[in-house]
Amino acid sequence: MSDISPTAAAAAPDALVVLSGVNKHFGALHVLQDIDLSIARGEVVVVIGPSGSGKSTLCRTVNRLETIDSGSITVDGRPLPQEGKELARLRSDVGMVFQSFNLFAHKTVLENVTLGQVKVRRTDRRTAEKKARDLLDRVGVGTQADKYPAQLSGGQQQRVAIARALAMEPKLMLFDEPTSALDPEMINEVLEVMQQLARDGMTMVVVTHEMGFARSAAHRVVFMADGRIVEEARPDQFFSNPRSDRAKDFLSKILHH
Amino acid sequence: MYVLSDNFAAFREGFVNTVELTALSALLAVVLGIVIAGFRVSPVPVLRAFGTTWVTLMVNTPLVLLFLAVTLGLPALGLKGWDSFWLAVMALGAYTSAFVCEAVRSGINAVPVGQAEAARSIGMTFTQTLGQIVLPQATRTAVPPIGSLMIALAKNTAVASSFNVTELGSVMKTLNSAEGYNIFVVFFWIGLCYVVITFAISGLFRLLENRLEVVR
Ligand SMILES: Nc1ncnc2c1ncn2[C@@H]1O[C@H](COP(=O)(O)OP(=O)(O)OP(=O)(O)O)[C@@H](O)[C@H]1O
Ligand SMILES: [Mg+2]
Repeated sequence: MSDISPTAAAAAPDALVVLSGVNKHFGALHVLQDIDLSIARGEVVVVIGPSGSGKSTLCRTVNRLETIDSGSITVDGRPLPQEGKELARLRSDVGMVFQSFNLFAHKTVLENVTLGQVKVRRTDRRTAEKKARDLLDRVGVGTQADKYPAQLSGGQQQRVAIARALAMEPKLMLFDEPTSALDPEMINEVLEVMQQLARDGMTMVVVTHEMGFARSAAHRVVFMADGRIVEEARPDQFFSNPRSDRAKDFLSKILHH
Repeated sequence: MYVLSDNFAAFREGFVNTVELTALSALLAVVLGIVIAGFRVSPVPVLRAFGTTWVTLMVNTPLVLLFLAVTLGLPALGLKGWDSFWLAVMALGAYTSAFVCEAVRSGINAVPVGQAEAARSIGMTFTQTLGQIVLPQATRTAVPPIGSLMIALAKNTAVASSFNVTELGSVMKTLNSAEGYNIFVVFFWIGLCYVVITFAISGLFRLLENRLEVVR
């Protein structure tokens, strides 16, 4: 809670998420170094960078799946609480989609999407199921409601995971490489759901290397390397005319395939 | 030679008491074991420390000593009025709970960490995450070793015979010392009783494992 940097944070009045002066270590490794980042309501931010640069860690600090060593993070004006009921409440307002889907393996697709509503939001079961079915239809897996996650393809599982997060009516969605574990032919079905979400005005932080998604849906690209934010720019600017050498180097590598 | 028919009432009482002692201690051990396992993975340092201490203490104390501690210690602490049966349930339950805890914990560790992270990220509390997501998936790994622990528990109940509890072990002692029956015949019948109990337990657990297989 020390070391609050004056620069980035306070600026935007309608900022939903503000990280200022955030530092985090894993042992001797300084994974996040003086991160200042402010995300406006309705903004879609794509985070890219080489492997190990701290993208996932950054994402996970926002709902406190990772704690930070110094600096501050606020969501909707409130600093992240300590572990406990208050933090649980905050997390229910922040959807998270994982690279490995992490659907509850012992629950059906429908139960996956109703569980949070019933247990966290205390919605009655009937209402929760109706909403779950609507969401499953919306992401195109309505017919799979009674199956178990293992019976679904990766693309379907990831869309269920998105529906599970949306069922909580989050203010913000975090995506950590949502398509990296998918076969190529399934990537688009997930990206389409995410693009629709972006068009609907959801605030999104998306760690991805999908340039197409970044170009068409993102308002801003944040480029990370070695635990720092090296460059921030509009997608068209960033991809056509990166300023930093690290970004140039990185883009030349990933654009080759 | 008619040990069993001459002493049928004693055998029956011993058998029933051993079954009751086993069942009640098992219940206590499983409930306590799950709670302590919850402590051991909880985010609260005090609970974690308590869990670790409990397990270390129980695992490393000989059962007879624990019986002594409970039967002498609890009354000394002012908890009087428990009869020796319930004191035995406490000693056996507490002792076995530490092993159950470790079985449950290894079950918990076998559940991919992403499951708990997903639960936490939709706002479930620690208790909800544990109860709704992690423990149900941990059972499949935890149940087989718990089955073995329950069999060990059934045999451990014999220790209670030294602490004024009537059960199979005490029946054996009485018959061997008093009536001058053939000691091996007494062994045989007592042993058979234990075999019935332990077979029943392993049958029960096989059933449980099969059911867990089916419901993924
Ligand atoms: N729980 C952990 N304990 C120790 N080190 C960790 C832990 N999690 C991540 N790290 C290390 O921190 C660094 C940043 O990890 P992070 O997962 O945030 O990178 P990333 O940018 O998401 O990389 P990738 O593109 O490979 O997913 C890496 O060097 C990683 O090995
Ligand atoms: Mg990552």
